Amino acid sequence: MNTATPTSLQPTVHIAAERDRASDPQRPALAPIMEMKDVSVFYGGYQAVRGVSLPIARNQITAMIGPSGCRKSTILRSLNRMNDPIPGAQVIGRITYHGQDLYAPKVDPIEVRRRIGMVFQKPNPFPKSIYDNVAYGPRVTGMKVASMDDLVEQALRRAALWDEVKDKLKSSALALSGGQQQRLCIARTIAVQPDVILMDEPCSALDPIATAKIEELMYELAFEYTIVIVTHNMQQAARVSNRTAFFTAELDENGERYGRLVEYDETAKIFTNPADKRTEDYIAGRFG
Amino acid sequence: MNLFATRNRRDRAANAVFPALLLLGLSVAVAGLSGMIAWSIIEGAPRLNVSLITNGPSILRPESAGYRPAILGTVYLIGGVVALIVPLGVGAAIYLEEYADKTRWYNLFFELNIQNLAGVPSIVFGILGLAYIARAPLDLGFTLAAGAITIALLVLPTVIIAAREAIRAVPPSIREASLALGATPWQTIWRQVLPASFSGVLTGVILAIARAIGEAAPLLLVGAVVRVSRDPDFFQGAYTTLPVQIFNYSSRAQVEFQQLAAAGIIVMLGLVLLMNSVAAFLRDRYEQKW
Repeated sequence: MNTATPTSLQPTVHIAAERDRASDPQRPALAPIMEMKDVSVFYGGYQAVRGVSLPIARNQITAMIGPSGCRKSTILRSLNRMNDPIPGAQVIGRITYHGQDLYAPKVDPIEVRRRIGMVFQKPNPFPKSIYDNVAYGPRVTGMKVASMDDLVEQALRRAALWDEVKDKLKSSALALSGGQQQRLCIARTIAVQPDVILMDEPCSALDPIATAKIEELMYELAFEYTIVIVTHNMQQAARVSNRTAFFTAELDENGERYGRLVEYDETAKIFTNPADKRTEDYIAGRFG
Repeated sequence: MNLFATRNRRDRAANAVFPALLLLGLSVAVAGLSGMIAWSIIEGAPRLNVSLITNGPSILRPESAGYRPAILGTVYLIGGVVALIVPLGVGAAIYLEEYADKTRWYNLFFELNIQNLAGVPSIVFGILGLAYIARAPLDLGFTLAAGAITIALLVLPTVIIAAREAIRAVPPSIREASLALGATPWQTIWRQVLPASFSGVLTGVILAIARAIGEAAPLLLVGAVVRVSRDPDFFQGAYTTLPVQIFNYSSRAQVEFQQLAAAGIIVMLGLVLLMNSVAAFLRDRYEQKW
């Protein structure tokens, strides 16, 4: 099926295709670093997510898009067991990380979260100094570091924040601007040396300039980490991601809403030639 | 179009009378308080000198009588109370806010009890102290230790309630950020939640101390006597506190003792003012704005 793609999306889709490292002949075959197999999430007796199967490719940016209420954040959070503290939350199905089941009985969620980090929608730096924010993760996880100063500097450099804060590392993190705070949160997450970084609408609380900086940062980070981003902003998904998963909300027999995966493919394909009509309707702005 | 006041007279009168009534109520409260403080200062000022703080009590020679054992007793008592209420109160608040499953019956039972205990008259705690702390099973006798435990139990609900509010005020996003970095729940509480709620917890402790300093009735039941000449000891020997000593002096007929009692009130007010100022300074310095 083929319908006219809104012209505003076409140029941005080319940029995403350019960045698709899958087309780089020197890259090894992309094995999924994480995989969701028929995953459902329940809150108490209520099924919030049904049957999601989704591989997450290594060193790629995977975007999760969809209208409000399709449980994208819930699905993202299940990837690093951040739903555990919620009373009554239960994950059925298999979520593997390097082949290991994340929800197996002996698995320590604390260790899971060290390896699969998360950046939240509203920047949430600790009410401490910039230095202490970045050093917090390594300190609490007991990382053996030769020099904490070096580790902090490296993390801040990787988060493109070093130049702006190098003279005020001891000042309060809360004095930074929104965009800087979010980059600090990214630096803090990187400091514990994760494999995967989950981002839950990281730019929705930021202005366009700060957003652009963070999108640039994501592109750089993907060379070293794997990124999964939930975004409300379709154009952002088109700009930054290699693959896109489109979710939607549906009503079950009892009239209760749940989220399900509709389509998952290379970003270029989702935005130019989606297979499912619902995807096409969402991209074209007919709902959402 | 008439823009001038057309609302009826009754509404306008009520609108003017209401703030006036509020002001009247406030004035009565302030006047009452100022009156009491003024009486103490006027009555007791002539009696103020250093010997008030350094000398022991005396029935026969009120001119040279002092409050020394009472002041020391109060300070020791408050010290003991704070040493007990901080770990117990903050610990209970952490349990109730961070760990307790609120649907379980025993946690609801705790909640109910704490709210209720905050309103129990202090004399009841005195009887409790006499029955179980001064006597068996704790069997501490009539000592400062027994008094401190009794008063600690009395003010503990205040600390728990204030600490819970302070812990609740810490945004969940901070806890999430900490967990997402690989910290354990306890690390999150110890390194983020508690430091951020320090100011609120301190407020609770200040309120508790303010109440504890003035308590006389329960201590009378737990052995605070009115004639102590030696410096107090925590675990043995007789003790007294400022309110008890003031009570004793003020119930005597001679005018010298009335003066002594007023002077004692000034000393006590000074002590309370000092403690509250230090605590308020600490609280402002560490206040967390979100």
